[in-house]
Amino acid sequence: MKPAPFAYARARTVDEAIALLGEKDAKLLAGGQSLIASLNMRLSAPALLIDINGIGGLDGIAKKGDTVEIGALTRHAGAERSDVIGQHAPLIARAMPHVGHVAIRNRGTLGGSIAFADPAAELPACLLSLGGEVEVSGPKGRRRVKADDFFKGLFETALGPQDMVTAIRVPAAGRDTRAGFAELARRHGDYAIVGLAASAKADGKNLKDVRLAFFGVGATPVRAKKSEAALAGGDVEAAVAALDLDPPDDVQATGAVKKHLAGVLLRRVATQLIEAR
Amino acid sequence: MSERVLDISLTVNGEPVSERVEARKSLVDFLREDLGLTGSHVGCEHGVCGACTVRVNGTIVRACLMLAVQCDGATVETIEGLSDSGELADLQAAFERRNALQCGYCTPGMLAAAQDLLKRGGVPSREEIREHMSGNYCRCTGYHAIVDAIESVAQQRARKS
Repeated sequence: MKPAPFAYARARTVDEAIALLGEKDAKLLAGGQSLIASLNMRLSAPALLIDINGIGGLDGIAKKGDTVEIGALTRHAGAERSDVIGQHAPLIARAMPHVGHVAIRNRGTLGGSIAFADPAAELPACLLSLGGEVEVSGPKGRRRVKADDFFKGLFETALGPQDMVTAIRVPAAGRDTRAGFAELARRHGDYAIVGLAASAKADGKNLKDVRLAFFGVGATPVRAKKSEAALAGGDVEAAVAALDLDPPDDVQATGAVKKHLAGVLLRRVATQLIEAR
Repeated sequence: MSERVLDISLTVNGEPVSERVEARKSLVDFLREDLGLTGSHVGCEHGVCGACTVRVNGTIVRACLMLAVQCDGATVETIEGLSDSGELADLQAAFERRNALQCGYCTPGMLAAAQDLLKRGGVPSREEIREHMSGNYCRCTGYHAIVDAIESVAQQRARKS
């Protein structure tokens, strides 16, 4: 057995999970595809795991007015197959096949990916690019946190110690919505060396409301705002030149290589945005 | 109630099983150590290699990234069950015929993952096969023979249906 000993409890409701989070060194267990790996390596040794998989009503995907709401316990595989996501959240649909491998996507949850906030993960960047929001439930009730305010630092989010993610919401795509997604990884499904999630609106032949969210280039998903403005002006090479990213070296690549690859991805994604979605 | 040791009941390869397990025990360790089903292999133990791939409630999962206690009430199928039922017989024969295994360590996971793709029906492209199998490492074959074997079974099954 690899993990250090821990106690295990099954929460049946969100309130029960939040109450249990008040115990010492407690952690939520959703899909477990990152958490159990870190337990196996003893990078994490909580005293209590609160299994939230049995909480009903947290795994729906629905279009509500001009918003797509995705329950926190929705599995990546469910999102990948969802017609609602395919039609109304095409950026997430494009990103899903890049998340881990089939067996991982069968277990991993969208809420877990957002709450864990791995800087090289696809979904946090998608949420940031879409200008989505996170529904957080805590001891004082529910609140909504904008994606721009949610990702604070390396594996650090706006979640407090007794908070849990209960849903994410993104604007439903309209006829003029454009989505672009690309990533470079050593093997399909591995964490990206660099990735880019992008959204925009068509404005005649040009683009507006361009939001470029790079991942694998810093402590959080990072917006390249100067490049967004350049791309809206229609100049792809100016957008590449304006990339103000400063990625640190990591085990996969040096910062200089990552920055070069970010430019490569930006050109590819610009093509996706400019062509019809 | 939170406990470090829990009683679980589940169905493994069609047989009911009730055991007392430590909360920290992974599904793959439970299958191997408590039930003696050593066909599911332990490779990387952090979800990368795919050697521990089994079916839980009809879908493939990493048995190193699921706790045994999470399988209370679940239906689990391992290579032993999938093999005994005959569900994989043509795949197993194709793996042998095409030399799609050498040491065999990855093979139980490979078969479970391949069957997951093939039971969707149709004949997937080689690219789709590679993408579906991307989560399973093989250090012997170089993968071409594995893709060949899966593709040949897909074609064979399509002709029969």
